[in-house]
Amino acid sequence: MVDLAKRYDVLVIGGGNAVLCAAITARRRGCSVLVLEAAPKFYRGGNTRHTRNIRVAHDGPSGLMTGAYPEEEFWADLQRVTGGETDEHLARRMIRLSKELQSWLGAQGVHFQAPLQGSIGLDRTNAFFLGGGRAMLNALYRTALGLGVEALYDAEVVNLVVDGNRFVSAIVETATGRFAVEATSLVAAAGGFEANLEWLKQYWGDKADNFIIRGTPYNRGRVLRILLDNGIEPVGDPTQCHAVALDVRAPRFDGGIITRLDSIVYGIVVNRDSQRFYDEDEDMWPKRYAIWGRLIAAEPGQIAFSIHDARMEGRFIPPPFPAIKADTIPELAVKLGLDGAALAATVAAFNEAVRPGTFDTTKLDDCRTEGLELPKTHWATPLDRPPFSAYPLRPGITFTYLGTRVDDRGRILMAGGAPSANMFAAGEIMAGNILGKGYLAGIGMTIGGVSGRVAGEGAAAHAFN
Amino acid sequence: MRSIDELSPPPAFPLWAKSHSTAALDEADRVATICNSCRYCEGLCAVFPAMETRTIFAAGDLNYLANLCHGCGACYDDCQFSPPHEFAVNVPKTFETLRAESYQAYAWPRAFAPAFERNGLVISLVAAASVAVFVLGFVGLGDPAVLFTTQTGAGAFYRLMPHEAMVALFGAAFLYAIIAIAMGLRSFWRDSGGSGVDIAASLKALRDAGTLRYLDGGGAGCDISGKATPDRRRLYHHFTSYGFLLCLASTSVATLYHYLLGREAPYPWYDLPVLLGTAGGVGLIIGPVGLLVAKWDRNPALRDAKRLGMDVAFLVMLLLTSLTGLLLLGLRATPAMGILLALHLGVVFSLFVTMPYGKFVHGLYRFAALLRFAGESRTRGS
Repeated sequence: MVDLAKRYDVLVIGGGNAVLCAAITARRRGCSVLVLEAAPKFYRGGNTRHTRNIRVAHDGPSGLMTGAYPEEEFWADLQRVTGGETDEHLARRMIRLSKELQSWLGAQGVHFQAPLQGSIGLDRTNAFFLGGGRAMLNALYRTALGLGVEALYDAEVVNLVVDGNRFVSAIVETATGRFAVEATSLVAAAGGFEANLEWLKQYWGDKADNFIIRGTPYNRGRVLRILLDNGIEPVGDPTQCHAVALDVRAPRFDGGIITRLDSIVYGIVVNRDSQRFYDEDEDMWPKRYAIWGRLIAAEPGQIAFSIHDARMEGRFIPPPFPAIKADTIPELAVKLGLDGAALAATVAAFNEAVRPGTFDTTKLDDCRTEGLELPKTHWATPLDRPPFSAYPLRPGITFTYLGTRVDDRGRILMAGGAPSANMFAAGEIMAGNILGKGYLAGIGMTIGGVSGRVAGEGAAAHAFN
Repeated sequence: MRSIDELSPPPAFPLWAKSHSTAALDEADRVATICNSCRYCEGLCAVFPAMETRTIFAAGDLNYLANLCHGCGACYDDCQFSPPHEFAVNVPKTFETLRAESYQAYAWPRAFAPAFERNGLVISLVAAASVAVFVLGFVGLGDPAVLFTTQTGAGAFYRLMPHEAMVALFGAAFLYAIIAIAMGLRSFWRDSGGSGVDIAASLKALRDAGTLRYLDGGGAGCDISGKATPDRRRLYHHFTSYGFLLCLASTSVATLYHYLLGREAPYPWYDLPVLLGTAGGVGLIIGPVGLLVAKWDRNPALRDAKRLGMDVAFLVMLLLTSLTGLLLLGLRATPAMGILLALHLGVVFSLFVTMPYGKFVHGLYRFAALLRFAGESRTRGS
């Protein structure tokens, strides 16, 4: 049994990849370690449970990864997706340390596999977890608990006692009551606030009522809020979040990866007024995912419809929910709750504008429209072969960017920039230092793994001083 | 443009379609559709790569996938959508249920399909009746002076039951089992869309079946969460299946001895039929006991409680076969031999005649599914 009256060397708040990397690292240094996870056991691990791979730099074929992914290339990719909104010193250090991450995770019992079918282009840059993120989490928990790390689920930290820049204790609520837990070092790795609709509403207003949260309902950002209230230095745009297009039938929380739609580029996307609102083929996978969440959030009712015809059937990973189908566009419109004449007019205008070309999704092809105010620049083919299919879309929130600033030892920086004496941060709660905006497949896990190990080292070193 | 207030919320769109003839098929379709949109488990076994080559699942496809599944359990622990998640994805249990349903659906003749309904009970009754008939037959038809006294030397068994009678009875039972199973397999193979196979695919399927390649969660182990002891089902299954094959080899060698060499049972302990039979019998004790214990130790969430009777009945029958066989070997030079022979023959007879209507068929359907998978993988070039 976990003894909350005992003083721990290291207290780690959260339950995902970063938490376990920190906890295992500190435990291997000889520290007593307590993990407090707000979620129940099944939902432990926040967004980690929905991940599937990790991006790591390597100088040659490594494990199941092909070729090399040099540090410089990783850095260039990061600069590109963030538009420069990244702390170069921290980012480069993370990239350097990512090189040993896969073998370290392997030594902690994590198994890897060949890249999944349909994950084109990641076989060189990303290592895939055998069985996905939950399997990876299970392995890390097994190792951590086997080493003597203690963990409590359904244990939400509701306050921190902080004296100046020094952590004193955490107030935790469990099924048996409210306790003050003391520890020499703190690692805050409890993620962002993507599941906190009230917080999202501060920036998005009532639109947030139509957001679907891709991860668990436990990513409420409570620890981040407490840290902000205790005068830490924030990082990242609080108003921004990573959002993709999800099927409207996705559960409100925790639908994970499967409710995302790959159908967008294979047809057109209209809003509830049956109007197209963005070039469906502006960019290639995976960047195209990340723009559609925000685009749909800006449309009336935060809803849109991806429509394609029979010739595109079977070309994308089949989503879990069936397409809404009809033999004519007006009939489809009725099934979607749209105006039949309006949708028919949109499709007719689109079909009219499509120019002949050679359809090829492996590149930005020459199938495009001409003469439309809003063009479709690639993969444009007429929607004229019944039956027609549609998927209703909503914005799906993956994570938020707001976090706490840290130094290269993982220490939380207080307002003004001085490091905390004994507070460390890892994972999504500090990812904004490196990922100011945008996303690179698998980089969340890289940030979590590296920052977790760094914070674990720092917390252990402090505990022994 | 209409304002937000003028519009009703979007219509309720359908979630999962129900288009199959049974609830088990509908649930398997729902689960396979979810898995297919995720694919995280692709590296665990053959089931998920096989799923991914399809976007629509006919009943034959689902029966094929269900029989390709070894029930290892790894995907349940790995799945972010397993219960209590609202998607409630439980591949091992869903396929266990469907597998049993498929044995029933393909059973030949159809009239005997209900034997799968309460399989544990059916097998027990058949076994009890069969043993009773042999015991009563020996007692009623045989010479009590032979039955309850020590019999040794060549032909000792046949003083209790004439060799010809034994061969006729067991030959017929065995032949019936083979025909009935072959008919079921044929329906399964056709229904699952299987076509011609080549030598390479056959060799791969033999290797995958013989090593139980897919009973290890892709290398990470299976059904291991929250377990103090490691999952050793693969080892115990090897003891069981190879034990069974050794026993079969023992019988075959003895038959050759009898007809080709004119040597009559019982044979001395160092002779091949006895050595094979003893080794097989020991395997058929260790294996089934290990598997029975593992069954009890299995995560209850993965178990279809309704199918437990079938599994247990089959394991117990194998265990009884080996126990009575080894007892017969040990006590064949005592007056107990007569009754033990009746017991052993009764158990073996009922094992044979119930083979097409019990868990035994899983091995053949599994092999057929592996064979089809091997063929498919080759066509795909992976």
